[in-house]
Amino acid sequence: MAAINLKDIVKRYPDGFLAVKGVSLDIRDGEFVILVGPSGCGKSTLLRMIVGLEDISDGELRIGDAVVNDKAPRDRHLAMVFQNYALYPHLTVFENIAFPLRLQRGQFSEDEITAKVERAAKTLELQDHLQRKPANLSGGQRQRVAMGRAIVRDANAFLFDEPLSNLDAKLRGQMRTEIARMQRRLGTTTVYVTHDQTEAMTLGDRVAVLSKGELQQVASPRGLYEQPVNLFVAGFIGSPPMNFMPGEIEGDVLRLPFVDVPIDARLRERIGDRKIVIVGIRPEHFSDAGLLEDSKRSEGVSFDTEVDVTEWLGADLYAYIPFETSAEVAGTLAELDRDLDGEGMRTQLVVALDDESRIRDGDTATLWFDPARMLVFDPETQDNLMFDPEAAKSIDEQNEADRRASLERAHAREKAAAGSR
Amino acid sequence: MKALSTKMKVWWIVITILVLVWSLLPVLSIFATSFKLPSQLNLGSFWPKTWSTTNYEQIFAGSAKDLFLPALRNSIGISLIATAIAVVLATFAAYAIARLDFPGKRLILTTALGVSIFPVISLVTPLFNLWRNIGLYDTWLGLIIPYLSLTLPISIWTLAAFFRQIPWELEQAAQVDGATTWQAFRKAIVPLAAPGVFTTALIAFFIAWNDFVYGISLTSTSRARPVPAALAFFTGASQFEEPTGAISAAAVVVTVPVVILVLLFQRQIVSGLTQGAVKG
Repeated sequence: MAAINLKDIVKRYPDGFLAVKGVSLDIRDGEFVILVGPSGCGKSTLLRMIVGLEDISDGELRIGDAVVNDKAPRDRHLAMVFQNYALYPHLTVFENIAFPLRLQRGQFSEDEITAKVERAAKTLELQDHLQRKPANLSGGQRQRVAMGRAIVRDANAFLFDEPLSNLDAKLRGQMRTEIARMQRRLGTTTVYVTHDQTEAMTLGDRVAVLSKGELQQVASPRGLYEQPVNLFVAGFIGSPPMNFMPGEIEGDVLRLPFVDVPIDARLRERIGDRKIVIVGIRPEHFSDAGLLEDSKRSEGVSFDTEVDVTEWLGADLYAYIPFETSAEVAGTLAELDRDLDGEGMRTQLVVALDDESRIRDGDTATLWFDPARMLVFDPETQDNLMFDPEAAKSIDEQNEADRRASLERAHAREKAAAGSR
Repeated sequence: MKALSTKMKVWWIVITILVLVWSLLPVLSIFATSFKLPSQLNLGSFWPKTWSTTNYEQIFAGSAKDLFLPALRNSIGISLIATAIAVVLATFAAYAIARLDFPGKRLILTTALGVSIFPVISLVTPLFNLWRNIGLYDTWLGLIIPYLSLTLPISIWTLAAFFRQIPWELEQAAQVDGATTWQAFRKAIVPLAAPGVFTTALIAFFIAWNDFVYGISLTSTSRARPVPAALAFFTGASQFEEPTGAISAAAVVVTVPVVILVLLFQRQIVSGLTQGAVKG
């Protein structure tokens, strides 16, 4: 187990393309860090540089206390799970898992290898399949064999490269919790690459959001959700994604496409003398005004609007409301949409309502939101003007405390289980 | 796949039988001829009237012994050596072509293709002169080198195609698991490439084994003359007898190793071993 330190890591391809533009990241011992971003953001390249399959063009990579820039993959003592599992098809499941042990010639006796492989197989419930070949396994079983190969030796860290993207939705959910449980129990430093923001939010102690080879923000999942530093992070984290719309400042009001919001002292200070801003509101921060108590209703602003389409999903009701964006911010928003792998579809407001709401397609509905939860972005720099470093810090500290506590609980459980055996 | 209708099935059977007869009848004819007595060759019957092993005795122990046995030894030796060298060189070359990105990669492949389509007969005269001047004429090496020019291009092409199918991740996974580059190649790639290597080796062996033009042009004595060339020097027991029987017997004998090789390696040739390596 070891900490991994990245300092100004750069990946420059021979044709001059910069895939990773100076990323610095400290991964603490035992921490579960997610690298997330849309396709082509350099997250996989970064992971492959950590494991040693890609050369590092510039910068310094430390694992534990040693600089490992020029070390071969085998000298870094990391274990990696590949997106397509990369199992050895000519070997049985047992031999696949034993492969890393057998390569360390003379270090383990045959009995030790058998014991280690069987323990790993038990952890992953693969005992019944040890003598089968990978070709005869299901997708989930292959995935578990790949994980078995990673955990069988005492690696410094686990690296995962989109390990769940080849599984179907149901299995993905199961394996996700399995990975989380395994990491808690083993307490091994883990770096996990994904483009799926759900995986990022649920698995990570900390999440590093990348875009176009640059690190946007590193924070706890809650920190990213509540205190995104810029437009990109705000748009990437959350499902359905945050609504962005133009906001024009006219005297004391912030004019949105469907409602005017009064500008209070805090908002005024943050906006400064900007004439136009981009306003972001999460779908779940809207409510059906008809379902609110009057006292709460008066705390926010309400507006009437025409609902185009609704989607009922059991616990949630999504309503879609098209709107015209203004020309000044249309370019910025279209570019953001492209960066987020969007399709450049019509601009519309997505609203997540309570399932009790009676709003249906074509209704004129009264919606409500609290301006205090609204985020305001500079259209040029795309920075979040409402970013509060103090709040962000306290969220991350709380998260770190939670992590330590759950790690200790896991270890205590482990000890108790070992003692009772 | 959709089940074939009865009519289609019948057609398939008829066509298969036609093709089998068309391709196997000459082989069968040679086989039958090889057991005929020299005096009964012209009777016009397909099967021998009396089965005799005279022809085999002639090539193994009789008058053609000094011609056939050294030729058989030459053929086996030269073909095996040429195949071994071709496969080893082609494995490394194809691996490099499939895995590495280096300038001139396409050039190597097209040159290889160009060499293999160059007519052998146009090369043989200059080679004949050159070999005589530098002392390679009528030696094993003098045949192995031109055979390599025939077997290497096709070996590189088939193996490169084969290596491209092997997922690169396997090698990288092995390296992360603690293997050196060489170990990753040997433990993860070679076992998967084995069927491809066997197939290539067989093709290369057949090419060398069947060659006639180089064999007859670049040799003059039994020092290096291979079987296909030696067959042309067979003579009958007297000048009034044709050596057809002996040639047929020799032809059967040189076909046997080929058949044995195919039967031995047909399990390895069956590919599909890479299935299950990655999500498929």
